[in-house]
Amino acid sequence: MADLLPLFFVFAMGLALFIYVILDGYDLGIGILLPLADEAQKDAMIAAIGPFWDANETWLVLGVGILLVAFPQAHGIVLTSLYLPVTLMLMGLILRGVAFDFRVKAGDDKRALWNNLFFAGSLIASLSQGWMVGAYITGLGNSGLSYLFAALIAISMPALYIMLGSAWLLVKTQGALFQRAQAWARMAVLPMAIALLLVSIATPLVSQLIADKWFTLPNGIGLLPIPLSSALAYAVILWLLFRPADFVEHWAYGWLVYACLVIICIMATLGLAYSLYPDIILGQMTIYEAAASPESLAFVFVGTVITLPLILAYTVYVYRVFSGKLETLNYD
Amino acid sequence: MELDPLLLARLQFALNISFHILFPTITIGLAWFLLYFRLRYTLSIDTNGKGDKQWEYAYYFWVKVFALTFALGVVSGVTMSFQFGTNWPGFMETAGNIAGPLLGYEVLTAFFLEASFLGIMLFGKQRVSNRTHLIATTLVAAGTTFSAFWILSLNSWMQTPTGFFMEDGQFQIDSWMEIIFNPSFPYRFFHMLAACLLTAAFLVAGISAYRCLRGVDGPATWRVMRTGIIVAAIVAPIQIFIGDLHGLNTLEHQPAKVAAMEAVWETENGAAFTLFGFPDEESRSTRAAIRIPYAASLVLTHELDGEVRGLNEFEGEHPPVAPVFWSFRIMLAVGFAMLLVSWWAAWTLLRNRDCSPMLLRVLSLMTYSGWVAVLAGWYVSEVGRQPWMIYGQLRIDEVVAAHGGGTVLTTLLAYAALYAFLLVSYIATLRILSLKPAQSLIDTNAGGAPQGGYSHG
Repeated sequence: MADLLPLFFVFAMGLALFIYVILDGYDLGIGILLPLADEAQKDAMIAAIGPFWDANETWLVLGVGILLVAFPQAHGIVLTSLYLPVTLMLMGLILRGVAFDFRVKAGDDKRALWNNLFFAGSLIASLSQGWMVGAYITGLGNSGLSYLFAALIAISMPALYIMLGSAWLLVKTQGALFQRAQAWARMAVLPMAIALLLVSIATPLVSQLIADKWFTLPNGIGLLPIPLSSALAYAVILWLLFRPADFVEHWAYGWLVYACLVIICIMATLGLAYSLYPDIILGQMTIYEAAASPESLAFVFVGTVITLPLILAYTVYVYRVFSGKLETLNYD
Repeated sequence: MELDPLLLARLQFALNISFHILFPTITIGLAWFLLYFRLRYTLSIDTNGKGDKQWEYAYYFWVKVFALTFALGVVSGVTMSFQFGTNWPGFMETAGNIAGPLLGYEVLTAFFLEASFLGIMLFGKQRVSNRTHLIATTLVAAGTTFSAFWILSLNSWMQTPTGFFMEDGQFQIDSWMEIIFNPSFPYRFFHMLAACLLTAAFLVAGISAYRCLRGVDGPATWRVMRTGIIVAAIVAPIQIFIGDLHGLNTLEHQPAKVAAMEAVWETENGAAFTLFGFPDEESRSTRAAIRIPYAASLVLTHELDGEVRGLNEFEGEHPPVAPVFWSFRIMLAVGFAMLLVSWWAAWTLLRNRDCSPMLLRVLSLMTYSGWVAVLAGWYVSEVGRQPWMIYGQLRIDEVVAAHGGGTVLTTLLAYAALYAFLLVSYIATLRILSLKPAQSLIDTNAGGAPQGGYSHG
């Protein structure tokens, strides 16, 4: 039992961060796309994420919270070595989060400023998150190669988020904005593929440990479903994005694009989890070495088992309340 | 000048938490005001399904302030959750077994609850029934209060640690009940909840008074102002009473903090209360002191000749005296000003008189008085905890991260600039909202509720 608790919490942490990426990813992607839209469309884009972003961002707090609660020894090392990107990300998230309200309340003369800050905050947060993921995969290394790899993931992250954001707009909007969202997705879909490919190629190159895990038989064959499912999901996205107009009007169209992106994210998460396990910091510390005391873990385990299903249930409820395409819009 | 990374890390943490606490202080109180406005409307609905619109107007105006304030609280709170790891890794490495679960429960029981139902509260009014909306509003208010429960439990445990034992240099759990309900927790929790109610009460009364002065008020404005004044007049004396109990508790568990609050240098029976003076740690005396004989002993021990232990008993292990001494006096001064103003205003209401322009101006001046008292009170509590991170157990210099002074200085200045900009924007935006004519002045169509279940308001 004592051995299972760290495993449970590393799973819960992975789940929380995965949910964060697919949910706040669309918020941040829409923020990055904001300057490309006209004024009325900007309002619609923000209305499409307004009821959700706060809870979406909370998954990040939960992910970091579990790192802190369950793996206090790793928490300090990870966050200390990522000091600057974490600080930048936080500032980005601050600007993005407050811009929702300020852009409609701070007066018409300030609206352009807050729209720009909304965009800047979303972009800074995305880039910093990419950098953090990259640095984390290299085991928080500080060689030139590690930094290059982190920079590569930093610029890949916005491509993924733009795809998620476009897909969310396909779910929530119609008319001219729907068509623009489709155009944005067509532009971003190739850069996203290149970025994902580069990351997949570079990861075993920067880490011998990860290379050994993937390129030894029979593991390599057992792992094939991960790249294959990703490729299949990607092909479906491509097919969907270039359908004729009457096809795309189906209500499930946006959801299909979004679901395929989620599949790619699941595969990336599984791949990452396989690459790292059982380490919490690659090559330095395992989840068992980093774990908090069993009494501590047991206390939080009880709470997590009770509250997490409730949280998921009311998250689904909130999404149902706000389901469907945007209708009337009113700002004051 | 040599940059001291410890001092910079402390300044950065103090800056972050000072900025953060401003917003939850308002939302924790304001959430219950909003629920009250919604309940009053709901109870006024007659058999034809028509309710008293003025309560809805009150809700619509203040929910906008709530949404903005909540957003600022959320984003600055996310920063807080990372700060423990980025700047104080040693804290989690030694106390993670205790601090971690308390913070974890805050996320699980409070953050998701308030964040999820906030969406329905702000944007779902046309999409759900009145009853569901009321439930969502209640859950948001409860979520903000749960959040205060957990974080104050952790803070209080750092002030009065119990229920643990040390093993391999780490805090281990002996009893969760003793950890969560540690000796100073009930006092600090209720002191903070009352502070939130008072802060929100003066905010709503102050902004409403400002609206009256500028002639953009309506019946809803008056009702809100009345509600704020009555809450303030009831809570202000209760708060002074709770504060007194909190002080007695601190004297028992953290005598060095109380000695610094009162600038008492030598242990004495029948200690005087220093109204004003300049505590000087080099000469270990208070210059230009104006004192009330026996008052400190009377207040602290409720006996004229009760013993108050002096700072010299704790030399080298007591907090810096002047900041604690001054913060305490500022908190007291604002607290008593709140009592006087709220009673003056309540007395005016009781006699069915209109608020005079003078009273309106004073209320308007007091709009943000809660912030001043809350910050001053927290400085007493937190600076007064120094040099300890966990009182009597772990010193702050043992747990700081080894960043270079330059790095921390850079991020500190960046945070300071960002927060100054946000604070100015926040206050300016509340002013813009305040100057909008009341709904009853522009209301031409019946019903009058803002359209569109998806509006960001």
